[in-house]
Amino acid sequence: MRKALENVRITDFTWVVAGPLCVRYLADFGARVIHVETGTRLDPIRYTPPYKDDIPGTNRSGYFHNYNSNKYGITLNLRHAKALELAKKLILWADIVAENFNPGVMKRLGLSYEEIREIKSDIIMISLGSKGQTGPHAHLPAFGAHLAAVSGFTAITGWPDRDPPVIFGAYTDSIAGRFGAATLLAALDYRRRTGKGQYIDLSQSEAGIEFLIPPLLDYDVNRRVLERNGNRHPSAAPHGAYRCKGEDRWCAVAVFTDEEWKAMRRVMGSPPWAEDDKFATLLGRKTNEEELDNLIEQWTINYSAEEVMNRLQQAGVSAGVVETAEDLHSDPQLKYRHHFWVLEHQEIGESTYDSMGSQLSKTPAELYKAAHTLGEDNYYVYTQILGLSDEEFVELLEEGVFD
Amino acid sequence: MNQKQESLLSPYRALDLTDERGFLCGRILGDFGVDVIKIEPPGGDPSRRISPFYHDIPDPEESLYWFAYNANKRGITLNIETADGQEIFKRLVKTADFVIDSFPPGYMDEVGLGYTALSEINPQIIMTSITPFGQTGPWRDYKGSDIALWALSSYMYVEGDADRAPVWFGYPQSYLHAGLEAAVGTLVAFHHRQLTGEGQWVDVSAQQALIVVNLQNQQYWNLARFNPKRAGPCVHRSGVKWAYQRRIWRCKDGFVCFILMAGETGAPGNEALTEWMDSEGLAPECMKQMNWSAFDIRAEGITVEDYEQIAKALTTFFSRHTKAELYEEAVRRRIVLYPCSTIEDLRNDAHLRARDFWAQVGHLELNDSLIYPRPCMVLSETPCKIRRRAPLIGEHNEEIYEELGLSREELVLLKQGGII
Repeated sequence: MRKALENVRITDFTWVVAGPLCVRYLADFGARVIHVETGTRLDPIRYTPPYKDDIPGTNRSGYFHNYNSNKYGITLNLRHAKALELAKKLILWADIVAENFNPGVMKRLGLSYEEIREIKSDIIMISLGSKGQTGPHAHLPAFGAHLAAVSGFTAITGWPDRDPPVIFGAYTDSIAGRFGAATLLAALDYRRRTGKGQYIDLSQSEAGIEFLIPPLLDYDVNRRVLERNGNRHPSAAPHGAYRCKGEDRWCAVAVFTDEEWKAMRRVMGSPPWAEDDKFATLLGRKTNEEELDNLIEQWTINYSAEEVMNRLQQAGVSAGVVETAEDLHSDPQLKYRHHFWVLEHQEIGESTYDSMGSQLSKTPAELYKAAHTLGEDNYYVYTQILGLSDEEFVELLEEGVFD
Repeated sequence: MNQKQESLLSPYRALDLTDERGFLCGRILGDFGVDVIKIEPPGGDPSRRISPFYHDIPDPEESLYWFAYNANKRGITLNIETADGQEIFKRLVKTADFVIDSFPPGYMDEVGLGYTALSEINPQIIMTSITPFGQTGPWRDYKGSDIALWALSSYMYVEGDADRAPVWFGYPQSYLHAGLEAAVGTLVAFHHRQLTGEGQWVDVSAQQALIVVNLQNQQYWNLARFNPKRAGPCVHRSGVKWAYQRRIWRCKDGFVCFILMAGETGAPGNEALTEWMDSEGLAPECMKQMNWSAFDIRAEGITVEDYEQIAKALTTFFSRHTKAELYEEAVRRRIVLYPCSTIEDLRNDAHLRARDFWAQVGHLELNDSLIYPRPCMVLSETPCKIRRRAPLIGEHNEEIYEELGLSREELVLLKQGGII
């Protein structure tokens, strides 16, 4: 079967999360990707947990794995005098060059957009910097939790009487990665029509802030500053996570309309408290929300989170188990949708990878190659794709060009 | 080069039938220059009732939520539940490249406008359907509120304090992720169509789109049989000697994010911070003596007593300074420290301002102009910008229906019939 992006080639200098995710999305749908790393400065997520069996190692991080499937992995020490020649071959091969180093790094390596365009005039290049390529703070490095903070997400999350929580993982990276993938696909069509490539400066932080436009407009117009407020929602009650049977088990419930409230009452067996007029309207439920939350929890605590979810959903009330990492692996909907793929990794063996969220009816995504161990595809890429002879390959290897 | 060629995707048209569960997909296509036609039921889309509102007036023409994610679209009204409405929609489909919807699974088939029907009219059409759980599976008809989707993505379990319920993000995010995901899926299908002439159906699950946000989480279970848990301002992870490591710190006027990072990633910043703290007499001896390049929070090399002493000193130091002071000096000294910006802080952020992040968009009927973030992708050849504010109800009925060849008399008739 034909793959949607089988004629797209990407030379991928990215690391950490935003860049690798951007490229992985396209690789899932058939783009051919050469991921360029160096052992002289490892991708930080190669040494970020979780590791297979909790044993750290360059090739053992599941964090790295899940962002780097379907890619050829090579090593190239770009600081070596003979590396630039090979980098140029990689650029000539590609339609797209992706990178997310700190601003200025590509230029120091002789691989700025201006230089890359000299090599291939219609190249499309994307830089997914943490805060973009320009501006007074562009050069300060940042990881996921930092960017969630400076992009506004941390301050609005959590309980008003407590410190805000760390935003887990790499939140804005996930937004930027997908904005990047969409922009690259659009740029490919523009190039097809006009013959012109271009340069894309995508700031991870700015991509994140696109998800906060309404509160920004609210501030601009009404001078209201959105603040953290636990699980409260301005137009729903009950709205929150309620404790269920078992250890640290919870079900999220959201009731927006009076009809949904009536349905929920029925599911709870119409207890006398729930018939109280003060809970009959949204306004009443909002006014007495704390009391309502306590009463609801006295019901949910008797059932498993799955039972609460299914009974409410079958009655037309939105509810969802607060799933753990473990729960994802037995989620019946994800199973039905074939969300997880099992791939054979060279060092750690069989391991689970996620799909993206789009299923295409004629050109579905296919995960066929586990994340690469460091330099796993050196021989194949350098000899079969770039055309080096075995002798040249061995010579460069011995000289440390592939370090 | 004429004006039209200057945007990424200006030759193409999208019909956007979504409510708030899919707005962002069309908005992104619109940012790329696609002619996006937002189709609402006569009287306006119910999602125009989503707060906040302009000057807090709950009017369907003044929802700031609507403004935010329907900019760069034209707008028409059309009742696709009537036979006339369906015929008009089909005529529009002949002129379009994309159809985006966020109806419950099965609805579009019921009104005779499912993918099979549309692809018979226009085999090149790409239809993108955004739903809470996708078009298939045991939960396809379940309701997906933002908080339920956060819960089911496993993101909620890791946010909040250990002694309380897990928390959602302070602002609904699920359907923005779904809309963004849909934009990528749509353009993958589009690439295929440009090569083969073949359209297809893109089925987007908000739950799956949200799991992509947190791709490392399932790996904790997959590889290490460990469930990360919420730990408030700290991080709780496996393989760490101190299971809880603080990352969010209180300062004089709010909070900052600082992570005591190990090895060569953390060393320069840790050294610079020690020096700065020392200049205020607040660096404990163990910080000054530390070989930061060899420092590893996960292994040996630091005692529990030392770590606690460092944490205490950081608490004192940060509490003496404001977010702005800490950030400014962190940039100068290259310490990886960031403020937990409030919405107000974002609007005053010097870096965003220097990057021309804010765009003034006119709203003539309000006799006002509002400040929006510009589209986040900055392109060298084909800049994306907000070309038009979100449409009023039926604002472009005349121009679009006339383009389609309907006469004024027909328009009057359709209006009387409640079709437009």
